[in-house]
Amino acid sequence: MIAERILISGGRVIDPESGIDCVGPVCSADGVILAVGHQPADFQPDRELQVPGQVVCPGFIDLSARLREPGQAHKGTIASEGAAALAAGFTTVCTPPDTVPVIDSPAVVKLILERAQQAGRIRVLPIGALTRGLNGRDLSELGALQSAGCRAVGNAGVPLANNLVLRRAFEYAAGYDLLVCLRPQDTALRDGGCVHEGAVAMRLGLPGIPEAAETIAVAEALVLAELTGVRLHFGQISGARAIRSITSAQQRGLPVTADTALHQLHLTERHVDGFNALCHVDPPLRTEADRAALRAAVAAGTLAALCSDHQPHDPDAKLQVFPETEPGMSTLECMLPLGLRLVADGVLSLQELIARLTVGPARILGLASGRLAIGAPADICIFDPQRCWIVDETTWRSAGRNTPFWGEDMVGRVTTMVIGGCVVELI
Amino acid sequence: MKHTQIGSLQLDSAGRLRHFLTVEGLNAGLLNRIMDTAESFCSVTEQTVKKVPLLRGKTVVNLFFENSTRTRTTFELAAKRLSADVLNINIATSATAKGESLLDTIRNIEAMQVDMFVVRHAHSGAAHFIAQHVAPHVSVINAGDGRHAHPTQAMLDLFTIRRSGRELPALKVAIVGDILHSRVARSEIHALRLLGVRDIRAIAPRTLLPMHAEDLGVSLWTDLDAGIEGVDVVVMLRLQRERMSGAFIPSEREYFARFGLTARRLALARPDAIVMHPGPINRGVEIDSEVADGLQSVILKQVHYGIPIRMAIMSLAMRSGTDFDPGAERRA
Repeated sequence: MIAERILISGGRVIDPESGIDCVGPVCSADGVILAVGHQPADFQPDRELQVPGQVVCPGFIDLSARLREPGQAHKGTIASEGAAALAAGFTTVCTPPDTVPVIDSPAVVKLILERAQQAGRIRVLPIGALTRGLNGRDLSELGALQSAGCRAVGNAGVPLANNLVLRRAFEYAAGYDLLVCLRPQDTALRDGGCVHEGAVAMRLGLPGIPEAAETIAVAEALVLAELTGVRLHFGQISGARAIRSITSAQQRGLPVTADTALHQLHLTERHVDGFNALCHVDPPLRTEADRAALRAAVAAGTLAALCSDHQPHDPDAKLQVFPETEPGMSTLECMLPLGLRLVADGVLSLQELIARLTVGPARILGLASGRLAIGAPADICIFDPQRCWIVDETTWRSAGRNTPFWGEDMVGRVTTMVIGGCVVELI
Repeated sequence: MKHTQIGSLQLDSAGRLRHFLTVEGLNAGLLNRIMDTAESFCSVTEQTVKKVPLLRGKTVVNLFFENSTRTRTTFELAAKRLSADVLNINIATSATAKGESLLDTIRNIEAMQVDMFVVRHAHSGAAHFIAQHVAPHVSVINAGDGRHAHPTQAMLDLFTIRRSGRELPALKVAIVGDILHSRVARSEIHALRLLGVRDIRAIAPRTLLPMHAEDLGVSLWTDLDAGIEGVDVVVMLRLQRERMSGAFIPSEREYFARFGLTARRLALARPDAIVMHPGPINRGVEIDSEVADGLQSVILKQVHYGIPIRMAIMSLAMRSGTDFDPGAERRA
């Protein structure tokens, strides 16, 4: 596809980075943003998109979406999940290293980038594995991974053997200024749990994952981050006390960031009742109080990004007895409407929601995108905040149908995407 | 969000039993109906020809993913005394060990035109999962799933209490032992609560009491001597051998010293208190032989009543689509 000279007109332009929120034009040429809020006198567009009543904002950036390639094509492919992501408003997605094989060598990074290029459009950022084969003991060749294109390395939720490995990993990554994305959980305290250790787990007799498993892992990692100076990002935080530790670290000036999965702001342990395997996620859905703390932390910016934690599954993965089902939800396509529900409920302003999906993750990753700045990549999301749709086979693009929202009415849908200056009409 | 709750899964639109998965969400009327029906079967089990033709032509499959002798045997006898054909399948050594999925196993057996699954499984939610996926005419009875529920055990325990001549709501009940891992305790507490019992005491070391146990409507005790005082019923739970090591308890000796039921401790309960245990018992670990075999023990009666209770539950679940009264048919 060739980048066109595009004029987007009539829409409400929201760019959280610059604070722009006005009805006006956005112009792009040669794949980058040319002007926002006005049309340069000499600008002759090849194509004009008239989008009255719609919102024009930077393309969304996701810090964690499993695309299932290589190795798990029966659950999804870079093509299927990339298409779902784009239709959901995303222009960039980070894919965690727990692929098969693991993203622990430049060859796997290259394979993913090639597949992404063949699939077209969506920008895929592979996150390298902190340890070889995610074995938790031996460091991957982090320098080589960085050279191959990894902006960040992480553990994909697989615990490291001990704090000495974590320290060495932090030290080594800090030497390359590599961002470390950690999904914190203490394995011993987890003790084979599969849901939040709370009232619902107790009644259902399901082994619980105590909130302390996350809180302790966060606290330990923060001590080592302070020691090593690593740029540390906590992914998919689920509990209130972990947020308290992160807030205090940020106040002390540590380079620590964090995100939460958007479904954590909507669902709680209550939704697991009746052994609902579609709500089996890891970290688990926690309590009303945790959800309230997560919502407040997203509003305050302590959690600067909302991620999808997208995990498409084949049907069999959920057709088991609850503890044997695979955790994870197919979430990309509900991100915008579920985010807009938070706006409707007064949890976030529309500007804040967009910030957590764009410039928030862009800053964490050190990307130039995620804002409508002159010269930034022309990655633009155009959505109709009023448009109603139903989550069903006619609207769903992900290969994974494992969402508890199947069959529900949603409000808010992406109509058009611009990625690298190329227009993709979705409706 | 569209998701079937357990309550609506196990009752049909008229509120009759379709599956028996958990006591939670049922009502006192239904529990009493089960016990009334069991009363009518008690005489059957005492006749020379111990059979009634209620389930003649029906096929009951005992699907045991976890070993159990007592529960499987009583289910088998209950089904046979209702004249059903019984198939015992021990999956621990069968198809799923060869990699077949649980759902495939169920569908294969279902294709042989069976009418009821009696399921025991090591994971919580197994019976519920199977009930969601069986054909409409098939009933599922939970014979124990993980730590979640063992509703037929709870019913036979209630029935044992009722048959001992005690009025339920006023009773004080102590449940002692590994409540954390116990499906019996969870089901028993729900059943006692439904029948109006308000003084239920969960007695165990803190490591064996689940977090939020108080939400079940019980009081929590870590001192057996204090907790057992004045109770009418003592339910002792089995301490699984694998819990005896590791960090749950320091040693078998200390456990018995603090939580073992001895004659001295039993004397702190009401003089006519009864002692129950779902079995198999660990003599000298949770209960002294003197107590297990003593006059106040109703442990063997529990086993005995397991058969009429399971006959009642099976016959009620199998006939949920009809206006059937097992008692009436037998009397006719």
